[in-house]
Amino acid sequence: MECQECKQNPATLHFAQVINGEKREIHVCHQCAKEKGYVAHDDESYSLHNLLSGLFNFDTEKLHHSTPNKTAERQMECKKCGMTYQEFAQVGKFGCASCYQTFSAHLNPIFRRVHSGNTTHDGKVPKRVGKDISARRKVKELKWKLQQLIAEEEFEEAAKIRDQIKEMEKSLNQSGEGDV
Amino acid sequence: MGLEQFINEAISPWLKDDGPDSDIVMSSRIRLARNFEQSPFPLIANQEHLDGILYFLEKEFNHQSFANYEQLEFVRMSDLKPIEKQVLVEKHLISPHLADKSTYGAALISKNEQVSIMINEEDHIRMQLYFPGFQLDRALEEAFQIDDWLEEKIDYAFDEERGYLTSCPTNVGTGLRASVMMHLPALAMTRKLNRMIPAINQLGLVVRGIYGEGSEALGNIFQISNQVTLGRSELDIIEDLTSVVEKLIEQERHARTILCQQSELELEDRIFRSYGILEHSRIIESKETAKCLSDVRLGIDLGYITHISKSILNELMVLTQPAFLQQYARRMLTPHERDVFRASLIRERFTLEQREEY
Repeated sequence: MECQECKQNPATLHFAQVINGEKREIHVCHQCAKEKGYVAHDDESYSLHNLLSGLFNFDTEKLHHSTPNKTAERQMECKKCGMTYQEFAQVGKFGCASCYQTFSAHLNPIFRRVHSGNTTHDGKVPKRVGKDISARRKVKELKWKLQQLIAEEEFEEAAKIRDQIKEMEKSLNQSGEGDV
Repeated sequence: MGLEQFINEAISPWLKDDGPDSDIVMSSRIRLARNFEQSPFPLIANQEHLDGILYFLEKEFNHQSFANYEQLEFVRMSDLKPIEKQVLVEKHLISPHLADKSTYGAALISKNEQVSIMINEEDHIRMQLYFPGFQLDRALEEAFQIDDWLEEKIDYAFDEERGYLTSCPTNVGTGLRASVMMHLPALAMTRKLNRMIPAINQLGLVVRGIYGEGSEALGNIFQISNQVTLGRSELDIIEDLTSVVEKLIEQERHARTILCQQSELELEDRIFRSYGILEHSRIIESKETAKCLSDVRLGIDLGYITHISKSILNELMVLTQPAFLQQYARRMLTPHERDVFRASLIRERFTLEQREEY
């Protein structure tokens, strides 16, 4: 079998890539594998570790295209801890809390795979740091309840809820100043 | 030191109590992963950052008590000998990673050894809480209280969308790993468990052996835990795990009944052979120990053996591990010497049991 990239050398590396449930087989020679970023370094064998961290690397094409662009690459470096996306993809671990913001655009597919399709948190919120978050969640809940009450024509109860929402939103706006 | 005293000091106090369903569920554990907002995660942080975290947590929490968890003791990994670290690993108070890889690692351990807060492991903070038997709800409730207590002093790395931020993407969100340690001899013997595992996996839960390597489960002791931490609330995660564990308990009890009905003599023979080996052998490997202990424990649960306390399985599974044996021997042991020491420790432990009867 010949390499699907250069169509000259025999393909020495064969693997399957699954993107959004679609399986794609890839047959390339070692040279092209290196160039296309399927293999990390020249003298590094395709180790189990590479295969495992490949989990994070499945959008290599997007990444590869942006590689020649120096500024794009620099954007993919965490300003706080200096970790690059490539490092993250290789190690499979974040460097600091800010990495979550820096690599944000690439994270949903990873989280979906690891967490049965989920990408957003549902659960405990820290009491102190997350005071506003809890309040915002409560407001959202109350608004939903308000809609229900209106639909059921329970206007008296609905008015109470409406006032409660107003009160909570007012205090949220005050405490939320400057934390955009 | 006499064996009795050694055991008293070696076995975590909480493990001596019986919990609900303790004929099958040995223990329940809740682990929460948390990080400091401002500092890089331990894997890439420099000495200054990690020292800062150690200093802060020692200052704020050493010798503190919270509810039933008294006198948290701050233990630096760098102050411990390798064998002392290994003992903590064998007691499941710290992870092998903290013992071997974390130069700036430490742990805050409560006097009853029910709470252990690992520091500078893969995450800045990994608190774990153990309960005897099947008590996931209670364990979660109390873990939340400890979490809130720590949060009074610590700014956690938290994001509205992603939840608690962790070093590894597999822990993000709740940072929760809930697990239950179960003794499932009848399901293992009848090979039913293997057929149940794929269905359990589909619920985002994992079954693995806790002692031994790879897929092998020494002593028929299995750990069931959640994998998914993002997008599901802690209560939902616990609920799923609880319903699977309840099912497993039911199935294990059923399999035990069937075994007794269909091959009572074979079962009784197997149990008493194992009992004989433990009581009389002079050289015994850990694998055989685990198998025999599992049989004897089953024999106690089914009423074939009446004069031995149930705790013998929990106790001896811990005590017959390499670091404990060496601590008891007070010197380094070769693998062969360990097998000899293991056999003699087990024999002594059984003698102790008979003495207590009179």
